[in-house]
Amino acid sequence: MSLTTLPMDVHAIRQDFPILSQKVHGKPFVFLDSGASAQKPKQVIEAMRFVMEEQYANVHRGLHYMSEKASDAYENVRDKVAELLNAGSREEIVFTRNATESINLVAYTWGRTALNPGDVVAVSEMEHHANLVPWQMLRDAHGTELRIIKITDSGELDWDSLEQVFADGKVKLLALTHMSNVLGSYTPVERLAKFAHAHGAKILLDGSQAIVHRAVDVRAIDADFYVFSGHKLYGPTGIGVLYAKAEILDAMPPFLGGGDMIASVSYQKSTWAKPPHRFEAGTPAIIETIGLGAAIDYVRAIGFDAIAEHEQQLTEHALATLNQVEGLRILGSAQDRGGVISFVMKDAHAHDIATLLDRQGIAVRAGHHCAEPLMGRLGVSSTARATFGLYTLPEEIDALASGLERVRKIFA
Amino acid sequence: MSEALYQSIVLESSRNPQHAGRPAVFNAEGRSENRMCGDIISIFRGADGWRHEAQGCAILAASAELMCIAATGKTAAEISMLSWMFEKLVNTGEVNPELGDLNALASIAQYPSRLRCATLPWSALGNAIAGDAENG
Repeated sequence: MSLTTLPMDVHAIRQDFPILSQKVHGKPFVFLDSGASAQKPKQVIEAMRFVMEEQYANVHRGLHYMSEKASDAYENVRDKVAELLNAGSREEIVFTRNATESINLVAYTWGRTALNPGDVVAVSEMEHHANLVPWQMLRDAHGTELRIIKITDSGELDWDSLEQVFADGKVKLLALTHMSNVLGSYTPVERLAKFAHAHGAKILLDGSQAIVHRAVDVRAIDADFYVFSGHKLYGPTGIGVLYAKAEILDAMPPFLGGGDMIASVSYQKSTWAKPPHRFEAGTPAIIETIGLGAAIDYVRAIGFDAIAEHEQQLTEHALATLNQVEGLRILGSAQDRGGVISFVMKDAHAHDIATLLDRQGIAVRAGHHCAEPLMGRLGVSSTARATFGLYTLPEEIDALASGLERVRKIFA
Repeated sequence: MSEALYQSIVLESSRNPQHAGRPAVFNAEGRSENRMCGDIISIFRGADGWRHEAQGCAILAASAELMCIAATGKTAAEISMLSWMFEKLVNTGEVNPELGDLNALASIAQYPSRLRCATLPWSALGNAIAGDAENG
């Protein structure tokens, strides 16, 4: 693939990511594990350094200069996230630690009040554990039912199974991934939201993978809940987002109790602050939140049109290139798929593949990818997985393919 | 050498194991698994010595095979000593003449994330021997 055809200047972008110039085991570092956590541009690193060196104090409390500066910078990120998601208002954005915490928050608060015992939460066969285990915990604590919607062999949601799961009218929440972290399949979220609403259910979307690659418009989707983690979007760890429609958040009780989330407190009773602060007890991840703001500025400056086109080109290149490696099988063949590619190889276990690639400087993930039930559905115990970021070059996919040829020869 | 771990003895032991498969009759059994990666191993003592049933990577399978060869005919105390020496081998990478072919796994010391693959069969063997002592 010629570089001139790439929709953005990936070489210039790579200059922003200091870690990418490192060598690993004496080889150029080929990082194909962004789906687990992405690398950080210097703009994010610099924003976090700046707040610590020049603008730091606790937020929402101090009546002093530094606290006001830090509070402004922190709250400003809420606006950036609201814009990123095209939320109706900044009050619909709750800061959490990560997507996992966001889903747990919904399960614990909304799940225990808006849902009644016997109501059904439906998830798919291709959910990350983060969008499965909280609903199992809710089921066990609150008496809700959990149903699993099947996927097809190509790795797409099985619409017949979806209709069956909804047939008795008991489903009150459809909780789905927007993009599978194993198969790379995108789910048709607008259509699914329409379907869920027509059946009297809310929809929660796990956007951890999708948010990195595509412009997300929660109002166009008509999502009731949308969650993602900052660290996959080139931001720091420790900061995640829960979007929920204002009327839903208004009715939700708090998750954690403590400072910042109250309106008034006496020894007898406390009243809750309005959203989003009701859900942000204690001193938040101030520095990380500001880092996320810088990451959002960074990706928006590049633009999601270019990012999505780049991802599409890389994906097509990877599917064509990797399919030429003898004995390699790519899992899933969804029509709408992106830069997450899982594969297995004849005779070579995923962990051996990952170790041998690592010795060539190539980082891929191997294992069950926090999706053990899906591994069972696919009939494998683990897979190797290559994931792409906005800094990924077609040449790195070529390096992966040569690396895999080498693995094949060792195990031949 | 960067791929030192995958030398022929390791590949050969994982690909063509002579001690793989659950024996029809066995008098001791141990199991161990690594939930993080899905590796599972069971160890059995049958009429012709120790055998293994491994579900996982080449390192796990090779380690299990080489361990069964080394442990067969040994007493519990001797196995315990072997296990201790093996643990030291894979943590330090220092070859120990008393470990024979097990030394093929010495370079795992350079792959810390794979250490557990090599030691998992020994945990299962330890469990088998502990269970045997309890029953005995």
